[in-house]
Amino acid sequence: MYRYDEFDHKLVQERVQQFRHQVKRRLSGELTEDQFKPLRLMNGLYLQLHAYMLRVNVPYGAMTSRQMRKFAHVARTYDRGFGHFTTRQNIQYNWIKLEETPDLLAELAEVEVTGIQSSGNCVRNITSDHYAGRVKDELADPRIYCELLRQYTVLHPEFSFLPRKFKIAVTGSPKDRAAVALHDIGLRMHLNDSGELGFEVLVGGGQGRTPVIAKTIREWLSPEHLMAYVEAILRVYNLNGRRDNIHKARIKIIVNQFGIDRYRELVDQEFDRIKGNIRGIPEAEIQRIKAYFSPPEYEELPDFTDKLSMLRLADKAFDLWVSSNVEEHKIRGYAIVNLTLKAPDRVPGDITATAMDAVADLADEYSLGEMRVNHRQNLVFVDVKQVDLHSLWQKLGLLELATPNLGQLTDMITCPGLDYCNLANARSIPVAQDINKHFVDVDRLVAIGDFTVNISGCMNACGHHHVGNVGILGVDKHGTEFFQLTLGGSSDEGASLGDRLGRALPQEEVPAAIEAIVDTYMDIREDDERFLDTYRRIGMAPFKEAVYGSADTKVVA
Amino acid sequence: MGLIKEGKLINDPFKNVSDRETVPAKGPVIVSIDQWMVRRDHLLKRSDLIGIWLKSDEHPETIAGDLAHLSLVALEFSSFRDGRAYSYARLLRDKYAFSGEIRAVGDVLLDQLHFMVRSGFDAFEVKNENPLDAYNIAAADYSVWYQQTGDGRLSTAELRDKGIRR
Repeated sequence: MYRYDEFDHKLVQERVQQFRHQVKRRLSGELTEDQFKPLRLMNGLYLQLHAYMLRVNVPYGAMTSRQMRKFAHVARTYDRGFGHFTTRQNIQYNWIKLEETPDLLAELAEVEVTGIQSSGNCVRNITSDHYAGRVKDELADPRIYCELLRQYTVLHPEFSFLPRKFKIAVTGSPKDRAAVALHDIGLRMHLNDSGELGFEVLVGGGQGRTPVIAKTIREWLSPEHLMAYVEAILRVYNLNGRRDNIHKARIKIIVNQFGIDRYRELVDQEFDRIKGNIRGIPEAEIQRIKAYFSPPEYEELPDFTDKLSMLRLADKAFDLWVSSNVEEHKIRGYAIVNLTLKAPDRVPGDITATAMDAVADLADEYSLGEMRVNHRQNLVFVDVKQVDLHSLWQKLGLLELATPNLGQLTDMITCPGLDYCNLANARSIPVAQDINKHFVDVDRLVAIGDFTVNISGCMNACGHHHVGNVGILGVDKHGTEFFQLTLGGSSDEGASLGDRLGRALPQEEVPAAIEAIVDTYMDIREDDERFLDTYRRIGMAPFKEAVYGSADTKVVA
Repeated sequence: MGLIKEGKLINDPFKNVSDRETVPAKGPVIVSIDQWMVRRDHLLKRSDLIGIWLKSDEHPETIAGDLAHLSLVALEFSSFRDGRAYSYARLLRDKYAFSGEIRAVGDVLLDQLHFMVRSGFDAFEVKNENPLDAYNIAAADYSVWYQQTGDGRLSTAELRDKGIRR
């Protein structure tokens, strides 16, 4: 885990001080709201329906128990006792007072977290694989490059007023848990033909109202050139991105307009010019950062698999949880444990201050004091001894953090929706809760298997509906909330966008439609085929018929 | 309102000449790129300093070949939100090796001063009531920078590498 040195601390303190001064000028009227808006946004402060919302970065999703306790403290002191983990490894507070934000940010700075660039037309929090450094199939720990990129992008002199927001994600593993193809820049580590480690660079992916899967701009990039290449991409975008229409300002639009070949040509020209000039990051600095991510001192543990099997046989609920929420760790005797923030009656991603404190205590007791947040709004303990799994499970159960539904239908992503957000057309949270009420049979959920449902309250797609196996988009029709379903989306390796199922449905019909889709899938799937694979094999027709009936199918198809 | 250069409030030696005005017989002037194209020969004969004003959609590439004749490039922020001028300034310094004055004009928000300085600007048209005070407050905002830019200051990574502590 990276720790700030005196430079990092100084920068963040100066930032808080600057913002304190800006807030003072806003409150005195010296700054207009129009002038203040980009300044507050670059510190993560939005004006929402009822109050200010503060978005705090969890860099590449990794945090310590000390940071989690501070999140709890902030929730209690400055908010209404809870926080909300988002799909981009951030935590949001929904009831913030402007005049209190400088103090709040100063408190967060003490534990090395900030709201810097969690909003605004700049490079946002660098996101990554929540299992980074802990899984066998990983080529290298992506957090090293994430931290280098974090430092490179924070308060970048040239790229803080881009045409639009800019998101970067990094994966070090062939299994993509970071949705790199849905980012403005996606970096995927792999080996070239000579066996050297480098990055495939993807560009121009994104969701929102124009969803696009990113295209490969460079097959293989040497890590030593990472900053120069990212700089070239950003400069070409800063100079050429559209600034006349906010909905056409993301890099994906210009990449599509120019074509990937032309965009690549421009980037390569710039890259060739600057790669020699940029005084690369000193090797000592790379080693310094690398050292922070060296593996903790694991104990030599015996393999616990047999004993674990006995415990699982003896307790079905425990067995369900292990098979759903526990992942293999690269070190013998250890496990990765997912804490789902998806109990049936809860708002996905929400967590109370009390639960945050309890999670911090459990992280200290069971996971070397560290944890992660993933892009599906769940928490992860990455270093749990297998021998401790049973007692951890019991304690998580008391906190409603052991719902055994990771990756299953009820592990839904939802945006805050019309309950909080002034952009939304529809509420997302009640739709998720309705679906939860229809899918209570644990055995059935297990039988359905991998099945992502993503819900967005408007076309800005914060709930990632385009890449849900089933996507649900809230739309407004003459003042009534309707929901448009899509099928076949995925944000993993081989990412795809969902296809429209048919006409939008009223809220009360959504759960039955999901039921019909699931029943159809269960009927026609082959062996253990995932829903996504069944859909890709068979296509839309049977699902459309199941939801709308045969007459409708003919008309729509 | 005032012009700050190298940290000092100065009287602007340049006159902004709009496209409808005639160029005065003597004295440094700043003209638009259109006027530069039209009156290039005349301006060069005057043997006074010349500056060119670029709007936010006017890329310095168009005057790259003329930079040897120019003492000043004014980069306009049509809005403080339009960040193209930062890249223009960096290209002027790094790619075209321009060593004259790069002046920030238009919607110059001092909260962005550090970004401008580090991108290569060295003069600022400041609209605040007490321009020098406002400038000095803004200039004191930051002492730490993560990035290398063309301004030669060492990044934190380089400072760490040299063992320079704060």
